[in-house]
Amino acid sequence: MIGIEHYVVVSSILFVLGVLGIFLNRKNVIVILMAIELILLAVNINLVAFSAFLEDLTGQVFAMFVLTVAAGEAAIGLAILVTYYRGRGTIAVDDVNRMKG
Amino acid sequence: MTPILVIVFAPLLAAIVAGLGNRFIGNVPAKLVTTGALFLSCALSWPIFLTYLGGDAPATVTPVLQWVQSGALTFDWALRVDMLTAVMLVVVTTVSALVHLYSWGYMDEDPDQPRFFAYLSLFTFAMLMLVTADNLVQMFFGWEGVGLASYLLIGFWFKKPSANAAAIKAFVVNRVGDLGFMLGIFGTFLVFQTTSIPEILDAAPGMAGSSITFLGMRLDTMSILCILLFIGAMGKSAQLGLHTWLPDAMEGPTPVSALIHAATMVTAGVFMVCRLSPMFETAPAALAMVTFVGAATCFFAATIGTTQWDIKRVIAYSTCSQLGYMFFAAGVGAYGAAMFHLFTHAFFKALLFLGAGSVIHAMHHEQDMRYYGGLRKEIPLTFWAMMAGTLAITGVGILGVFGFAGFYSKDSILEAAFARGTELGNFAFWAGAIAALLTSFYSWRLIFLTFFGKPRWIESEHIQHAVHGDHHHDAPSEEDAGHEAARHDHGEHASGTGGYHPHESPWPMLVPLAVLSLGAVFAGFVFAPAFIDSEAFWNGSVFYNEGLIHAMHGVPLWVKLTATVVMVLGFIGAWMAYIRDPSIPGKVTEQLGPVYRFVYNKWYFDELYSLLFVKPAFWFGRLFWQRGDVGLIDRFGPNGAAWAAVQGAAFAKRVQSGYLYSYALVMLLGVVAAISWVMA
Repeated sequence: MIGIEHYVVVSSILFVLGVLGIFLNRKNVIVILMAIELILLAVNINLVAFSAFLEDLTGQVFAMFVLTVAAGEAAIGLAILVTYYRGRGTIAVDDVNRMKG
Repeated sequence: MTPILVIVFAPLLAAIVAGLGNRFIGNVPAKLVTTGALFLSCALSWPIFLTYLGGDAPATVTPVLQWVQSGALTFDWALRVDMLTAVMLVVVTTVSALVHLYSWGYMDEDPDQPRFFAYLSLFTFAMLMLVTADNLVQMFFGWEGVGLASYLLIGFWFKKPSANAAAIKAFVVNRVGDLGFMLGIFGTFLVFQTTSIPEILDAAPGMAGSSITFLGMRLDTMSILCILLFIGAMGKSAQLGLHTWLPDAMEGPTPVSALIHAATMVTAGVFMVCRLSPMFETAPAALAMVTFVGAATCFFAATIGTTQWDIKRVIAYSTCSQLGYMFFAAGVGAYGAAMFHLFTHAFFKALLFLGAGSVIHAMHHEQDMRYYGGLRKEIPLTFWAMMAGTLAITGVGILGVFGFAGFYSKDSILEAAFARGTELGNFAFWAGAIAALLTSFYSWRLIFLTFFGKPRWIESEHIQHAVHGDHHHDAPSEEDAGHEAARHDHGEHASGTGGYHPHESPWPMLVPLAVLSLGAVFAGFVFAPAFIDSEAFWNGSVFYNEGLIHAMHGVPLWVKLTATVVMVLGFIGAWMAYIRDPSIPGKVTEQLGPVYRFVYNKWYFDELYSLLFVKPAFWFGRLFWQRGDVGLIDRFGPNGAAWAAVQGAAFAKRVQSGYLYSYALVMLLGVVAAISWVMA
């Protein structure tokens, strides 16, 4: 029987993968976007799993919102990346170090 | 609106208009308003003086404003007029008005004329506040006001480093005296519980013989107060010890020297001693000090005057010396004679200074008498004015017939010193007599070097500059000069003129000379009986020593003739040395070698003070600056804090790497920490 624990474990693994993907990643910024996607999906799994478990639809409604936000976030993120690439000619993470005073 | 208010405040208003208006109103309006105000003051002062001269008019006090009211300490702005003030009023306003007029000519080419005239008027206002003071604090206000104006005017040509140094020196040396004056005022208030001058003078005899603790010593009250006040007077009136600023003050424009450093401000000390004469009379020790310092200064300054080459410095030391006369006259109790000498001295010394200014003007700002000579025919009006001044200062006159101004005032001072009969009085008499000999010598030396003999102008850089300057920018005169040079070339160079033609000064400079000449010739003859003998004249405004006046009339004939005899001796000496045989001065200075150098270098006072005070002060200043301030306070204070901030920032800078992932990590850790804190 697949219980709520399994969902939580899976979503935790996905979340940790996402987090590690953000700050262990040295390749390029797209990977960071994908990692953020993973974190959001992990949250979605949690929301849906608990919604079913607690028989409360609010969680699933929230999951739909999160998907929408994730889609928007991906669109804006990619748009920024494209512009950035045009400007600097690279999207390698190690070269993106302008966020300092 | 009483006249005295106009007299005192018109110069202040004019100074404000000319000083603050400065560039907006232009040169001529600024000069008009200040000169006009001064002539108004002068015109209103003479009637006041004549009223007091005519009868026993009472002293008046005109209140102006309430000033301070704090417990027992109350004093107001008020203008007190009595005979003593009336004398000072005419002296100050007359000389000031004439100097204003004179400056139209003398300062004609100066770019900062409104500033100059504003300072002159400001000075006059402060001086009038001083002489009309009803309490010691207002007198101190005027005292400091004239000091400020003196500082500003000595340093008027502020681009000259020497003028700035002289201005600072005058101010600093005066501070020493002012400290004494202030302590005197504090002490007076402590003893009498008032600063009002009439009240102090009334109460002074009652305090005679009491004692007070000062600097841990038990001293006679009146002596210590009067000595402190006299130290103030010594600073302002350039007496021996605090005199070093006066010769340096000659860096200022010549009209300033005439007004401030000869006729009016430097006499403030004499005025103060006379104003407080009933107080000084209760303190024999202080009077002895006044006599001694006055007599010593009078002799000492006269010796230096005989050796100087700068025409203005000769007259400056002469001023110093004449102030010495006034002080020892006051010291022996002849306040009337002191004030009379102040009165006549104002006329003839202002005249001498303005005459010297006219010579300097004619000689293209050459001040060294070694480069003068033969000017009598070139600038005859100036020559006659200077002659009048010299006849007055040397005291030419025939007993009982007529004499120039100094004849009456100086002789009465010497008689008073002799008539006093004390050892100190005799010392003052002989010092004064020798100084009179030296006065005659250096005054005639000045005249002979400047106006007689052969022209020696060619050696002067100023003159050469002037001659060549004319060749460049003045085309018609170049023609003339060229022709003349062609005709007289050898002759002119041999005669030492260098082709230069001195020009007589314009009329604004000659009119004051003429007016002051009248004063120098007649002031003594007209006013002598009233000033010296008459008790009714002073009407209680100065202490009247009846016994002394009688004794003065009873002095032997040889005492009365002493001044005249030494005057003639001085004249003959100067004539021998500078007209008959000009090689004598060289021989004498060679013979006297060290003595001459000692006197020529002003008794090494400047060097002594430099060694005793200036160098140690600089040493301490440098110690505190480099060790204390830079080495300690800056190093551990501001600089240390700045260094710590820089180091801290360099460390903190590393946290901000710019890498997204490190920010994300920090954010995550932060979120974890926050959640753990909320849940725990």
